[in-house]
Amino acid sequence: MQPNEPASSSAEGISLRHVHRSLPHDSAAKHVQGAAVYIDDIPEPEGTLHVALGRAPVARARIVEIDLDPVRAHPGVVAVLTAADIPGKNDVSPSFGDDPMFVEKEILFHGQALFAVVATTREAARRAALVAVVKTDAAKPSVTIEDAEAEGATVLPDYAFGRGEPDLELARAPRRVEGTFRIGGQEHFYLEGQVALAIPGEDGEILVHSSTQHPTEVQHVVARVLAIPDAFVTCEVRRMGGGFGGKESQATQWAATAALAARITGRPCKLRLDRDDDMAMTGKRHDFRVDWRVGFDEEGRIAALDTRLHARCGYSADLSLGVVDRTMFHSDSSYFLPVVRIASRRLKTNTVSNTAFRGFGGPQGMLGMERVVDAVAWTLGRDPLDIRKLNHYGPDRDVTPYGMTVEDHDTGRLLLDTLERTAEYRIRRAEIAAFNARSPILRKGIALTPVKFGISFTLTQLNQAGALVHVYSDGSIHLNHGGTEMGQGLFQKVAQIVAEEFGVAMDRVRITATTTGKVPNTSPTAASSGSDLNGMAAKVAAGAIKRRMAEYAAEEWGGSPDEVEFREDRVFVGNESLGFGELAKRCHLARVSLSEAGHYKTPKVSWNRAAGTGRPFYYFAYGAACSEVTVDTMTGEMRLDRVDILHDVGKSLNPAIDIGQIEGGFVQGLGWLTTEELVFDAEGRLRTHAPSTYKIPVASDVPADLRVALFQAPNREETIYRSKAVGEPPVMLANSVFCAVADALHSLAPGQVVPLDAPATPEAILKAVEELTGGVGF
Amino acid sequence: MSLRPVRFLRRGRLVEVAEVHPRTTLLDWLRLRERSCGTKEGCAEGDCGACTVVLARLRDGRMVYEPVNACIHLLGQCDGAEVITVEDLAEADGLHPVQQAMVEKHGSQCGFCTPGIMMSLFALQHEGGAPDRDAVNEALAGNLCRCTGYRPIVEAALDACSRSPSDRFSKTEASTSKVLAALDDGSDAWFGDPQAFFAAPASEDLLSRILEETPDATILAGSTDVGLRITKALEPIERIVWLGRVKGLDRVEDLPDAVVFGATVTHARALPHLEAIDPDLGDMMRRFGSKQIRAAGTVGGNIANGSPIGDLAPALIALGATIELRKAERLRTIPLESFFIEYRKQDREPGEYLRRVAVPKLRPGELFRCFKISKRRDEDISSTLGAVKVTLDGDLVAAARIAYGGMAGTPKRAPAAEAALIGRSIKQAATWRAAAAALPGDYRPLSDHRASARYRMQAAQAVLVKALAEMAGLPSASTRLHPRREASLAAE
Repeated sequence: MQPNEPASSSAEGISLRHVHRSLPHDSAAKHVQGAAVYIDDIPEPEGTLHVALGRAPVARARIVEIDLDPVRAHPGVVAVLTAADIPGKNDVSPSFGDDPMFVEKEILFHGQALFAVVATTREAARRAALVAVVKTDAAKPSVTIEDAEAEGATVLPDYAFGRGEPDLELARAPRRVEGTFRIGGQEHFYLEGQVALAIPGEDGEILVHSSTQHPTEVQHVVARVLAIPDAFVTCEVRRMGGGFGGKESQATQWAATAALAARITGRPCKLRLDRDDDMAMTGKRHDFRVDWRVGFDEEGRIAALDTRLHARCGYSADLSLGVVDRTMFHSDSSYFLPVVRIASRRLKTNTVSNTAFRGFGGPQGMLGMERVVDAVAWTLGRDPLDIRKLNHYGPDRDVTPYGMTVEDHDTGRLLLDTLERTAEYRIRRAEIAAFNARSPILRKGIALTPVKFGISFTLTQLNQAGALVHVYSDGSIHLNHGGTEMGQGLFQKVAQIVAEEFGVAMDRVRITATTTGKVPNTSPTAASSGSDLNGMAAKVAAGAIKRRMAEYAAEEWGGSPDEVEFREDRVFVGNESLGFGELAKRCHLARVSLSEAGHYKTPKVSWNRAAGTGRPFYYFAYGAACSEVTVDTMTGEMRLDRVDILHDVGKSLNPAIDIGQIEGGFVQGLGWLTTEELVFDAEGRLRTHAPSTYKIPVASDVPADLRVALFQAPNREETIYRSKAVGEPPVMLANSVFCAVADALHSLAPGQVVPLDAPATPEAILKAVEELTGGVGF
Repeated sequence: MSLRPVRFLRRGRLVEVAEVHPRTTLLDWLRLRERSCGTKEGCAEGDCGACTVVLARLRDGRMVYEPVNACIHLLGQCDGAEVITVEDLAEADGLHPVQQAMVEKHGSQCGFCTPGIMMSLFALQHEGGAPDRDAVNEALAGNLCRCTGYRPIVEAALDACSRSPSDRFSKTEASTSKVLAALDDGSDAWFGDPQAFFAAPASEDLLSRILEETPDATILAGSTDVGLRITKALEPIERIVWLGRVKGLDRVEDLPDAVVFGATVTHARALPHLEAIDPDLGDMMRRFGSKQIRAAGTVGGNIANGSPIGDLAPALIALGATIELRKAERLRTIPLESFFIEYRKQDREPGEYLRRVAVPKLRPGELFRCFKISKRRDEDISSTLGAVKVTLDGDLVAAARIAYGGMAGTPKRAPAAEAALIGRSIKQAATWRAAAAALPGDYRPLSDHRASARYRMQAAQAVLVKALAEMAGLPSASTRLHPRREASLAAE
């Protein structure tokens, strides 16, 4: 224990040294010195070639003819690869077989990869890729949700669940409102773009360095494309420069293309997408149209909800099954819906295939429901917070539309009540009303919204993880697990857990790159599950080694293995005490195994999709946020004035890292709902394909008055040190910003439902002003 | 003329540029040649800031540390500077204060933007004078971070920059200054061959001669626009004439009734002079690009490239600016608005270059307002930018100059709206409405990814009404989200 630091206690009551402490990110010192190595920084092996892609010039067409001779003739070009060069399957999809690596005949979206150029420099490859002559017979692309509806095109079958007879209940309800709400997509904008370096080995082996959240999938897809066994492919990643879901399924194509190039040229090959290509060629958060009808009583208690979710999935299924399911699972937000129908369509368009993005569909579902609650409140002339509290899950009103009981709804309720008080919601509500009464141009709004996010992969088999721990004979510890580091601090959290388990100093634990060669058959680092799963697997592995060390120590110095204590970098056994390294050395001499592969699977979860019922989530993570905004009703500009956040992370493994996730997630959600607008034109071209045109938040978008607190109650489930997952839930804290903007606009026309779509850009806000007031006023 | 290679200072050694293509970027040189991979490429268009490095230069006898986007900064532009990158900050006894603060505040997550942020904060610290939160936000506007939400980074900046720099650069400033002073030898610099070259003439006479001989050469100032033609459009630019060493083109003449900017005066250097004319110009310039862009981009370049938006142009047109062009020995001066002929077409002959821009100061009775409308407040290209100058005779409008960017193929005046104001009382709301109602006669804006035509017109009308209402006395705290900074020289 550090001398000046009070002991914290785990649920087990053992004194702790590392877990629950705000240690810096393991790579922080490297980050600030530019010494952290990303894939493009790895020294290139002698003879490394560079790959660039030829892209489809239209969004929907059959290829009539493609002349690659000019490409081959371009200076520096070594090879040009097309579908014909693929020894295995021309398929880089995660599961449905509908993502070709290279187009063979049918172009399905603008920018789709047609071929790859391999050249001696990246510049030569990029230039050469532009000189192909591509003739197509282009058709009018299907771009919007409405285009896809008109064509009746979906990537997967429609799906619905619910309970009761919503039509009947809606007809019976004293009050009814209905509406349509559009929610835009979102570009991940990880700062490090997609990149892979493939190095050929002997007998057709291949090592792929890939910036991926899912090394196992990269391994599988490379093997599939090259027609070699999985065991011939190793995928490694030390760190990503951000992922956010954009490198879950979407990293594989570039890795597989680099691997194919390496196979064919016999040389190391690197593919790093230019930012504009990255934005044009990779999937994004799904955009939605939500058509909803709600019935409620005069108090605002919801009797029935019928909601129809229309998701734009793009040209292929990718992860849209799970994404839109998660939208459905979160279409209740935090509210009990006695009678409900949640229906979904996964619409197919000639646009890039939408994919995982932090929250995985959940944010769209939750925001849709918050808008319904706002409409109920406005219709009744009530404060939206009152309606939120009235409909919040509670005793006997605790079963979700998919049949899972919300066991700890009191946590969510307590968060709401606490934040209402600490943010002084009611006082500020009155102040804002007074301000608006005397301010014709600038209007203020406030909203306090809840977060309840289901933790676990809804595909049950993914809820498992492996870790590999070695103790070397000098007492240093090699830590490896299936989770990947994308900035979220997973590696540090797991290292804290392992150091804790062995009672050793943090610097004994060496964090190592994720590789399919050490821990196989892993799940993606996604669904906020990284530390829950990998932390537990690493604890299992470390615990097994520790047990063997304790048994040896007890044998050697007497007493029972249970009495051997590992703490303060030493081991205490009977009246003896020796250094951890000393014991490791002795264990090795005594032929005790100091290596262990740990495995963990999440208990309790099950989901019957056909029946639409089960317990898809191990537990829920809760949060609440209160945002205050000022809106310029003449120009539609908006300013975020103050944000209060209270977020449930269980008993935090590392409070500093968790606060980083909360603030970062919130700001990412803020961008999604305000300044980040994806614009596709009628030809299906993405017009916002660079940071010059696609605007993620900058420092000044974050209010100076940002008050973030952790709600630190132990997880009621037996998670790692009773912590809770934190990666995704905070994104939805930003729903409060959107609802606050709507609240500000509502002051212009009390009683009316505010017709505001997301993102709330200045233009979207001004449009809502116009619809509410019948014109913009000056 | 005496030609010498382009040369710069790097880690205490003089680097003479040879055997690189003239369009090589500083970032490519760092990562691919020097193999210093701490500096990252995030977007290759000068927007995300992951590639931020610092160029230290001697200016008016003082060392200045300016952040630039290495991804679009050409290697030749480093002539005469010391190139400082993220690897150079830490010293044997530990991290640099900005790095230490960043670690302590948990300011990095994925770490990919961090090197650029370190360099922006290093530059900010060397600016001196403990910056406040607004100044920190301004310094970070060109550094995108997708992980942290910025709060810890801003706190690290406030913490580290509250102390004066005491690092290897401040300690060796005297000796570095001498080296840099010696580099500034007034000779012409050049590398490449006749087909592909980077020419850095030191005099206007040589500049004119080169342009006469190779009228198709690309004139380069800050490279904040040409850089993207290289990295994004992959234009095969072969012959580059850089204005950055031309003596006299970098001068600012602050005269009693006007400010005259040489073409290569950067936005950063122009900012205080413009702000002194009117606080709205300062506000607009702080939102113009980013600190990195403003340190490289020039007043002349922003005008000469003829962007239909180019925030500076509409503001300067409203102020009545004129520009001076030179071709060979011929000089001519024209009003700024007549320079813009149509979309991407300007009144500039091959071989002719923009020499200086004269911006009249406000006289008694003249009022000015400028509004920039964009999706994101900082570092965003305007949907529309409106600038209004009104000359009052009592309450009556005697003269008006109104100009917008983003409303047509070029920055353009609004004659109908101007006419609607003349002779009417500024105090009357009817006057404001009449001017706004006339705007559709002046512009037919386009719809694009920034805004629809409808929104552009609505916003343009809104800011015109606001400008006039404020001139009539409505306090800006009631008309804007960010009230106008009151300035000492504002002609209120």
